[in-house]
Amino acid sequence: MTRKTVLVLGAKSDIGIALAHRFAKEGYDVQLAARNSNRLKEDCFDINIRYGINATFYEFDALDLNSHENFILSLKKTPDIAIYAIGALGNQKEDEKNIKQSIEIIRTNFEGLVSIFGIFANYFKKRGSGTLIGISSVAGDRGRGSNYIYGSAKAGVSTFLSGLRNSLNPFGIHVITVKPGFVKTKMTSHLKLPKKLTTNPKIVANSIYYAYKSRKNIVYIKPIWKYIMQFIKVIPESFFKKMKL
Amino acid sequence: MSSKNHNIRKPELISGWGLYPRFSARKEKPTSINELKSLLLTETLIARGNGRSYGDSAINKVKTIDMRNFNRFLYFDKKTGLLIVESGILLKDIIEILLPKGWFPPVTPGTKYVTIGGMVAADVHGKNHYKYGTFGKYIEWIEIINHQGKIIKCSRDENTELFFWTIGGMGLTGIILNVAFFLKPVTTAWIKQRKLIANNIEQTFKLFESNKDFTYLVAWIDCYSKGKSLGRSVLLLGEHAKKNELEYSYKKAPFKTHKKKKIKIPIFFPKFVLSNLSVKIFNSLNFLFSKITKKNKIVDWDTFFYPLDKILNWNKIYGSRGFAQFQCVFPLSKSKEAIIELLCLISKSKSSSFLAVLKRFGNHENYFSFPREGYSLALDFPINNENLSLMNSLDKITIKYGGRFYLAKDSRMKKEIFEKSDLRIKKFRAFRENELDKHFKSCQSDRLKI
Repeated sequence: MTRKTVLVLGAKSDIGIALAHRFAKEGYDVQLAARNSNRLKEDCFDINIRYGINATFYEFDALDLNSHENFILSLKKTPDIAIYAIGALGNQKEDEKNIKQSIEIIRTNFEGLVSIFGIFANYFKKRGSGTLIGISSVAGDRGRGSNYIYGSAKAGVSTFLSGLRNSLNPFGIHVITVKPGFVKTKMTSHLKLPKKLTTNPKIVANSIYYAYKSRKNIVYIKPIWKYIMQFIKVIPESFFKKMKL
Repeated sequence: MSSKNHNIRKPELISGWGLYPRFSARKEKPTSINELKSLLLTETLIARGNGRSYGDSAINKVKTIDMRNFNRFLYFDKKTGLLIVESGILLKDIIEILLPKGWFPPVTPGTKYVTIGGMVAADVHGKNHYKYGTFGKYIEWIEIINHQGKIIKCSRDENTELFFWTIGGMGLTGIILNVAFFLKPVTTAWIKQRKLIANNIEQTFKLFESNKDFTYLVAWIDCYSKGKSLGRSVLLLGEHAKKNELEYSYKKAPFKTHKKKKIKIPIFFPKFVLSNLSVKIFNSLNFLFSKITKKNKIVDWDTFFYPLDKILNWNKIYGSRGFAQFQCVFPLSKSKEAIIELLCLISKSKSSSFLAVLKRFGNHENYFSFPREGYSLALDFPINNENLSLMNSLDKITIKYGGRFYLAKDSRMKKEIFEKSDLRIKKFRAFRENELDKHFKSCQSDRLKI
């Protein structure tokens, strides 16, 4: 039996590289993709020596939509699993003043995913197999004043993936939406995160791996987030708009 | 995508493995070379690995750089055993990945929870120093980043002075980034172990000299024994087992060993746990037990090399004040006399050393590394006033016999003692002043004025 291949888009992110290690450990070949991908060369050596699987790296720019089709053609093998682990948190206060930055947050988190997953969906449909895993966020479950640019991009991601799952189901293609909650990464290194609600990239990668194995649809890494967000979602808007969240 | 928002970190309390002394220091943990480079633009700093040196060698109050994010394998040659790794990788990871392929570190310290960078900086030795020398011997080249952010490759052929001062240089020559070194081939993950009992110090030395051709050789001394049985010990000898020496069931998978459960100590042990009496009982039982158990047996690598790693944070058993290690080495001709005097003093005092380890070093020397030909004794003492003053007396005896001290273990020595013990310090100081601008400093290098 040939080994399955997993593609990690955004392999330089903490969650991305943790995912590559997690799947490699289980014997999957890994394809690492990111901007300035030459820095992934060492990660490929590392993963290859550690797990004895094939690891390759590719240049991928989520914002350069025209390059996406060619990117997929450049892959040595069309992957069995594609994971979008690209995310930009931005800075709400600054982005409100600079709308161009807001748009870039939306594009990086949402547009990039729509484009590349859209193309993959077509390939997978033709092949009749495949899994798409998108990393969304609990921030997308309801827009809050402190975080709504990033949040709305992730809301888009969640809704898009939900629809994609529905539409690809007849073709045997699975789609997973991951909502990690707080994760200690480079992206959040400047934030003070409450310990009880925060997890780390290794745990996220581990949960995603098991979600893949058991064909889950929507994954909250820490179950408590599911209940927090359910509560936040039922607060009436007239009241919600007055809250500081 | 990372945020560029670099807040100044709050100081945190850090210490070495001995939990003494503790300093309030600013710790940074860079994730990329560029981030590391941006951290170099301060007056003073030191790199830190997994914090397994016992004292203050890897602490700088202004900036301590935790290198553990640099932990990748970069290259491995299956034919020669040449391995290139980033300095923050743990020895444990290297063994777990490469032992099943038939490779083992040529030299290993008593714990696998050390980084390769730390192993270079302390130029560690193992139970095989007599035959194999220190870790430095197996290094092909090192890449160091200096305070200007420049990456310098050094080896026996290029930048040789930097190369040799970095091996054993306690991180004071720059930050070790990448290391290329050779592993040695082994055919199994098992060690043929032999236990010998020595009833006194004379026998201990005799057994050492007559068995020094064993690859691995170490003795555990019972510090409490006095008079005729002063210096009684259990000697542990080891050789890598060959495939045909294994039992049938293991022959099929000679690298397969069972992962053992690790014990974690949840709290600092209160004082009475390691009281004089309990240590005395432990030492006697250990000695008796060794007498009646099998003399020869085959044990797995983890049991033979890293018995203490079974308890993840054994440093807590010494109580909340922590402990200090004392390790010195004497010239061969004076070793016996010196060690007898040390043991006499300890057995007379009220202090207790839970561990007392004797090793025989061969004649491999480096620029600033600890080992030299002779005998080395390592002792552990919980921190209290009596023990601190006892160690000061041990220092003096060591000086008297021309011995020197292991900086990776030291946490309390006085500058005057260190200067008397190690004349090489003058050359090292001169090298650092002329070539390096003295950016890299630790609490230890400040204390000892290195």
